[in-house]
Order: sequence, then structure tokens, then C-alpha cells
Amino acid sequence: MNAPLDAAQDALTIARRQAEVVAALRHVVPEHCVMYREEEVRPYECDGLSLFRELPMVVVLPETESQVQEILRLCKRLQVPVVARGAGTGLSGGAMPHAGGVLLGMAKFNQIRRLDARTCTAVVQPGVRNLAISEAAAPYNLYYAPDPSSQIACSIGGNVAENSGGVHCLKYGLTVHNVLRVRMVTMDGDIAELGSEALDAPGLDLLAVFIGSEGMLGVVTEVTVKLVPKPALAQVIMASFDHVETAADAVAGIIAAGIIPAGLEMMDKRATAIVEPFVQAGYDLDAAAILLCESDGTPETVAAEIARMTDVFERSGATRIQVSASEAERLRFWAGRKNAFPAAGRASPDYYCMDGTIPRRQVGRVLLAIQEMEVRYDMRCANVFHAGDGNLHPLILFDANDPDSVRRAEDFGAEILELCVQVGGTVTGEHGVGIEKINQMCVQFTREELDAFHAVKHAFDPGGLLNPNKVIPTLARCAEYGRMHVHAGELRFPELPRF
Amino acid sequence: MDSLLSDLRARVILAQASGKPVSIHGGGTKDFLGMKGTGTALDMSQYAGIVSYEPTELVVTARAGTTLVELESLLAENGQMLAFEPPHFGPGATLGGCIATGLSGPRRAAAGSARDFVLGVKLLDAHGRMLTFGGEVMKNVAGYDVSRILTGSLGMLGVMLEVSVKVLPRPERELTLRYAMLEAAAIERLAAWGAQPLPITASSWVAADGGGELRIRLSGSPSAVDSGRARLGGDVVPAAEADAWWQSLREQTLPFFAARPLWRVSVPPVTPPLALGDTVIEWNGGQRWVSTTQPAEAVRSAAAALGGHATLFRPESIDEARRVGVFHPLDPVVEGIHRRLKSEFDPQGIFNPGRMYSYL
Ligand SMILES: Cc1cc2nc3c(=O)[nH]c(=O)nc-3n(C[C@H](O)[C@H](O)[C@H](O)COP(=O)(O)OP(=O)(O)OC[C@H]3O[C@@H](n4cnc5c(N)ncnc54)[C@H](O)[C@@H]3O)c2cc1C
Ligand SMILES: Cc1cc2nc3c(=O)[nH]c(=O)nc-3n(C[C@H](O)[C@H](O)[C@H](O)COP(=O)(O)OP(=O)(O)OC[C@H]3O[C@@H](n4cnc5c(N)ncnc54)[C@H](O)[C@@H]3O)c2cc1C
Repeated sequence: MNAPLDAAQDALTIARRQAEVVAALRHVVPEHCVMYREEEVRPYECDGLSLFRELPMVVVLPETESQVQEILRLCKRLQVPVVARGAGTGLSGGAMPHAGGVLLGMAKFNQIRRLDARTCTAVVQPGVRNLAISEAAAPYNLYYAPDPSSQIACSIGGNVAENSGGVHCLKYGLTVHNVLRVRMVTMDGDIAELGSEALDAPGLDLLAVFIGSEGMLGVVTEVTVKLVPKPALAQVIMASFDHVETAADAVAGIIAAGIIPAGLEMMDKRATAIVEPFVQAGYDLDAAAILLCESDGTPETVAAEIARMTDVFERSGATRIQVSASEAERLRFWAGRKNAFPAAGRASPDYYCMDGTIPRRQVGRVLLAIQEMEVRYDMRCANVFHAGDGNLHPLILFDANDPDSVRRAEDFGAEILELCVQVGGTVTGEHGVGIEKINQMCVQFTREELDAFHAVKHAFDPGGLLNPNKVIPTLARCAEYGRMHVHAGELRFPELPRF
Repeated sequence: MDSLLSDLRARVILAQASGKPVSIHGGGTKDFLGMKGTGTALDMSQYAGIVSYEPTELVVTARAGTTLVELESLLAENGQMLAFEPPHFGPGATLGGCIATGLSGPRRAAAGSARDFVLGVKLLDAHGRMLTFGGEVMKNVAGYDVSRILTGSLGMLGVMLEVSVKVLPRPERELTLRYAMLEAAAIERLAAWGAQPLPITASSWVAADGGGELRIRLSGSPSAVDSGRARLGGDVVPAAEADAWWQSLREQTLPFFAARPLWRVSVPPVTPPLALGDTVIEWNGGQRWVSTTQPAEAVRSAAAALGGHATLFRPESIDEARRVGVFHPLDPVVEGIHRRLKSEFDPQGIFNPGRMYSYL
């Protein structure tokens, strides 16, 4: 996929510019924090979406908040674009560098500043790994609820930027529901605190708009997160279905019964076939789809909920039902779901993970449409996803060494996202727009809506130097993509069946 | 487009052209909050009705003028609720006013605030254009979350036409427990409970003869509520009395709330007693209603020193509100972002000018 950035600048200009920026940076951070030789900056050329690559002009790894302030002031003065980076696990190219810009790596901000079991809060630096927070809170029987599958690696700064979610989000909410306060540096080098350790803050809810803003509005330097008490018990039901639609109906049945499970995930037949040899979780390989449905809470609550959930699944036509009998078994049931991405990596030279959300009632129909696309594009696609909140993650298997395979994977992915919009959903549920889905933004939003997004961007970063060319497409870009003023019913692929 | 909508658009376009502000109102129930409106009234109460409701999607979409009463009774028929338990402050309260003020009720500390439940908004902007942000799905990170920033914006960025909110199943059972306890002890007790997996979904402390009274509400499956009760002791409050209690707290019909001025002090929940004046505590200690004649600066600096802020929720008089401002002053960097947001969304300043801060 071609990296659609600014017009290339000539090598000499870049070299001169690079020397100027490096020299300036060395005045504000120690020498070992600045890198610019190709072998030094190569590791930063992409995030978790390696289809988009670009070498940054300079990489800087600040160690203190005041260095971040100085770096941003300097970049503003020299008009250099800045891209913040956490752990680089993003899947939409959000942390992809700018060829003429500074990549601001926040990895050295890795301290848990304070963990207060009495107030159930932790104050952490942005480079702290998601899982490290729960590990630090474990001795107090507390944990940090949002649990992206990448939680061993991804940083809380990246989670804030992406409003990351995970298996527990159906019941415990996304990052936005679990972060109390963010301290950030604006492109002017000023510090702003959004939210507070009280339950709200005066004025507009800037924290809510900052979370999920993909590094476009400011650089996070500190985060206060909410910790929640660990439930006494968790158990998971694994249920098999012989049609994806029946499985999707069973999901609706659970919600209709007034139950909000701690996690409700679906894997289709292709996914279990890929994953089972890898993890040996004991998945039913004959099922068209399996559901993993978790209950957590007091032992009494769990017993009551598991009984009700089992009842719903039985009435929905589940062909096999298993309830985890031990913690080890619960983890084994989840292992396949949690390792689906690496397993896909073994089954195919490359895979492309999409991320769209649809209303739950459309799950069955959209999965069938994806099966039809598999035939049309002559490609395999596995589905493992957050069924409880309609957040799909189709994994398109392809071969990056074959340009035709890449092109088909790209078109396949775009068609899925546009279908999500068509059925009342969105082009991204949790991975962000980044550079990857910028064209589909033109499909989901009108010109006026994109204008409003630009307005938000201007209010925080009037000069537009933070993470430029990402997330919010320019009008020219949408015109090029061929879709301005797209309304329902005038989308691409008119030949597709309408739901 | 229906005639109500075209009328609203025409009025906004006219306001924009003439530079004459409009004062957006729903049911007029929260007129007391913030500074007085200065423009021509833009009445939203007729722009009402449920747009879509799909109980298994846990989402309801309604026009902004729909009353909370109508919305809540529809949800109740389906065993669901607005989990942030918004205060009405009168029978005419509308969904638009509820979201524009962003107020939440007793369940807030357990379930989240109004903004946590807003999934999407249709907005009429300063140019009379209709914009859609967010939608009806639970997870959505496409573009910036403008619907959440509209929550609590007091109508200063535009007119909300439709709102989609996430709803939740009503708990199977609820039970309220009561304890005789002083303020400091109640705050300690709430903090200790907060760090354990207990089904507490509301809490309050009020002064009472010779001390005070702590109440908590447990919600969940019958067995979870029973086991919570066994662990927590206390006296059971009869169901009807309990419902009336949480309602009178949410709607501020207790005699305590008649005091003027009435401050809302928002602090980290474990903060010890404020000693500013008579106090009612909610949200595990996070929300303190204070009746005091202390100067505004004293109340605000006390709140700020503790990591919180203070709102002059019900001023003694309009003059007082004008003199000291209703909302806590913003830090200069954050104020700058506010000013730019206002001028980007509403360059002519036609929407509820000065309602939140004089300069917006
Ligand atoms: C195998 C795998 C599984 C995944 N599963 C999930 C999942 O279940 N749920 C989910 O939501 N995501 C998932 N992701 C995506 C990714 O892990 C998340 O988006 C994560 O939040 C990114 O964090 P990061 O630290 O790696 O950020 P990066 O990739 O480094 O950056 C992501 C974005 O955040 C910005 N950013 C980073 N740090 C800062 C900062 N300090 N200040 C300002 N902006 C900053 C960057 O500019 C960029 O736009 C998965 C990824 C992988 C590879
Ligand atoms: C019949 C009537 C006529 C009035 N006439 C005038 C007048 O001519 N001039 C005047 O200055 N004041 C007038 N007011 C008072 C005015 O309504 C208030 O100043 C305030 O703007 C309205 O909020 P509210 O009290 O009705 O509370 P609510 O209706 O509950 O609204 C609370 C807040 O939400 C905002 N809001 C409500 N609905 C929306 C929406 N759909 N989109 C965006 N924001 C919304 C309101 O502006 C307010 O900030 C009138 C009130 C009534 C009931």
C-alpha cells in the first residue's frame, strides 16, 4: 500500500533540514536521545501495520516532561511535524513517521508514579505498558479494566490516543471510561491537564475528546487511571453453533435477557481452524462459529448468570456447550481468542486485520457478505471479534510479496469497511483511523462533518504540526478518493445486496 | 425535512446572518444553571419523539425535545434504564437539556456519567447545517468524539437535534441500607468498600440528629444483593422509602437543597470533610453539596487545593452569579482551547453566549 504523504522533498533539502533539527534538538535533550542515522531510525519506520512505512527524519527519545515541552517549542519554531509514538503496536499506521519530521518516542516515560489502593487510582507515565498497571495493582486485588489483546506490549499513552478496548469493554468500558485525568503538552509547549481526580472537571469535557484523538491534539506525559476491584470469580461458557447467524442471534438473546457479560466474543470456523493447531484450546472444529461468553463477580452472581446464559444458548440452538470448570480451563478457552493474530501469522505469510463496528443485529448478515467476498476476491478471511459490541476484526490472509495479493487484500478490506458504514456502523471500533482508513473517512462523513473535525484540531493545534496527514482527510483527498457528500445508498459497490 | 426542523434551521441561519444570539431551551427546567440566556428563545420542546429503539442493541435514539419522562417510561417497559439516572428538576425536562447540562444522578459513581452513555449526536451547527457525530454503535473511534464534548456544553457549540444514548438493563433487585455515622467515618467507610467488589450503586450521607446518616444502595442479582447485605450489615430501608430517598436526592427536593447559595463541590472521593458549611455527600464522596455563605473565592480555593472544583449551582441571586461566575475558572491553557473551540464552532457567538463563561 503506497504511503500517501507529502510530495517528496529533494534529498539535499532533507539533509540540510535534518542537520538543522538535530543541532537544535541537541540543545534541549542529551545527545544520546537524538537519532538520525538510517540504522538508528529504521526500527521506527512503521507501527503494527507494516504495510505503511516511512523513515523519520529524526527520532528523539525525551526523558523528562520539560524536554518534551522544549522539543515541541523547537519543532513549532522550525515548523517541523511531530509524530508521537508509544510502543508502536498500533494497527492503523497512526504512529507511522513523517519523512520530514520528528518522531517523538515516549518509551522512556515508563514509571508508575503512584498507585493508591485507597483511592483506586494509579498515576502513570505514558510509556507504561497496559498490563504492567494491572500487575502493579494485583497485590491490592485491583486491576485496570481495558485489556487490548496487545496489552503485554502496548503503552497506556497509545491506549489513550486510540481509546483502546478489549474483551472486558462490554461490561467495564473503553479507555475513555477508565481514565480520570490526562496531563499533556500542547504543540506550543504548554501543559494542560484534562479531567481530574475528582469525578469531573469544569468547562467542556476536553478529556473525552482528547481520548481517541490519535496523537493529533497533544502529547500525553501522565495519565491517572481508575483501578477496579478484581471480581472474586470468573467463568466462561464456550458454545458451538452450526450457522453464524444463529450464533449472532444468541448474542442478541443474551442482551435481551438483561445480561451484560464480562466478555462476549465470537470466532468463525476459519478462525478456529487456524487457531486450534496453535493453542490446542479444545475448540469445536465442526462448528460454524463458537461463542465465548464470560461472567464475573461474586460466586453467587456467577452461578446465577452462567445458568441464565446457558439457558439462552440452549434455546438459541447451540450444538455444544461447555462451562470452564477451573481457572486453568477458563484461560485455555480464552487462549485461542487472545492468540488469534499470531496464529494467523503462522497460517499465512501475511494477514491484514480490519476493524469496523456494526449494530449487533447485522453481525450474521455482514459475516455472510464477507464469505461471499472471500469467493469474489479469491482470498481467505478469518473472523475473531468482540460480538457483544459488534466490533469486527476480519483477518484477511494475503502475501505481501505478491503485489496482486496486496491489492486484493486492500480492496477486500476497504469493501468490508464501507459495508460497515452502510449497515449503520463505523470504519473503526478501536484501532483508529491513522493513515490506513483515511479514505474511508470520506465515506462515513460529509464534508461538513470533516470540517467540524478540522475545527477541533485547530482549537488544540492551530498550526497542524502534530501527526499531520492522518485521521482527518483533507477535502482534496476525499475528492481524489472520489467520494464527497456520500449519503447512505450512494456508496461504492452498488452491485452489493442492500440490507 | 419536516417543518419543525426547517423552522429551527431558518432561525439559526437568521441568527447567524444578523449576529443576534439565540437561547436554546428544552423544558426550561435547568434555567437556574449557569448564567442567564441573552438571546431570543429557541424552543426545542416541540422537536420531540423517539427515533429508534432497539432493546437488544442497548441503544435509544430520540429527538432532543423528547421528555425524560417519556423516554424513561419506554425504557422501563423493556426492563431498561438510563444508567446515569439524570436529574429532571421538573416534569418538562428534555433529553437535549439533560445532555447539554451533562448532569448525572445517584448511580454516577458506579455506572458512569451522562457523557459515558452518549453514543451519537445530530447537531445543527451555526451555519444551519446538520452534522452527525458518533452513531448507534458501542465502539467507534472514527474522527474525534464530538458527541461527548457536546455533553455538558450548555448549548454553546450548537443545537442538538437528536441524541443516541446507551441504555442498560435494570437491575433484578435493589436494596438500600442505612447506618448512623459521622461524616468523616462515612467517607472512610465508602472508600474501604470502594476497593472491594461490592454491588454498591448509590451512596449518600446527610447530617441527622446528633450525627449523620449514611445510606447505600445495592443492585444486582438477588443472590449478589443478599450476600452484599450479609457482609455489610446496617438497617434495611423499606423499598418504597428507599426509592423516595434516591429520587428526592436526585431531584433535590430534600429541604437541605432549598438553601441559597448552594454549591456543588467536586473532589476526589476520599477527601475528608470540607468544613465549609452544611453538607450532603453523594457519589462515594465525590460530589459534595454545600450550603455556605463563605466567599466564592474561599470555596473555590478550598476545592482546588484538594484537586477538585466548585460550581455555584444555585446562586442566591443573579447578581451574585454574575459577580463571581457560576463555573470554576479555567486554567489559562485550557481556557485558550475553550475560546478557540467556541470560535471555530460558533464564530458569531450566537449559541447561548455567556451561559457557561462570560467569554464564551
Ligand atoms: C496483536 C495486536 C492486538 C491488538 N489488539 C487490540 C485490541 O484488542 N484492542 C485495541 O483497542 N487495540 C488493539 N491493538 C492495537 C494497539 O495495540 C492499540 O491501538 C494500542 O493502544 C496502541 O498503543 P501503542 O503504545 O503501541 O501506540 P503506538 O502504536 O505507538 O501509537 C498509536 C497512536 O497513539 C499515538 N501516541 C502514542 N503515544 C502517545 C503519547 N504519549 N501522546 C500522544 N499520542 C501518543 C501515536 O501518535 C499514534 O497515533 C492490537 C495490536 C496488536 C499488534
Ligand atoms: C417558554 C420559555 C421561553 C423562554 N424565553 C426566553 C427568552 O426569550 N430569552 C431568554 O434568554 N431565555 C428564555 N428562556 C429561558 C431559557 O430557556 C434558559 O435561559 C435556557 O437557555 C433554557 O434552558 P432550560 O432551563 O430550559 O433547561 P433545559 O431545557 O433543560 O436546558 C438546559 C441547557 O441545555 C441547553 N439545551 C437544551 N436543549 C438543547 C438542545 N437541543 N441543543 C443544545 N442545547 C440545548 C440549554 O440551552 C441549556 O443550556 C425561556 C424559557 C422558557 C421555558
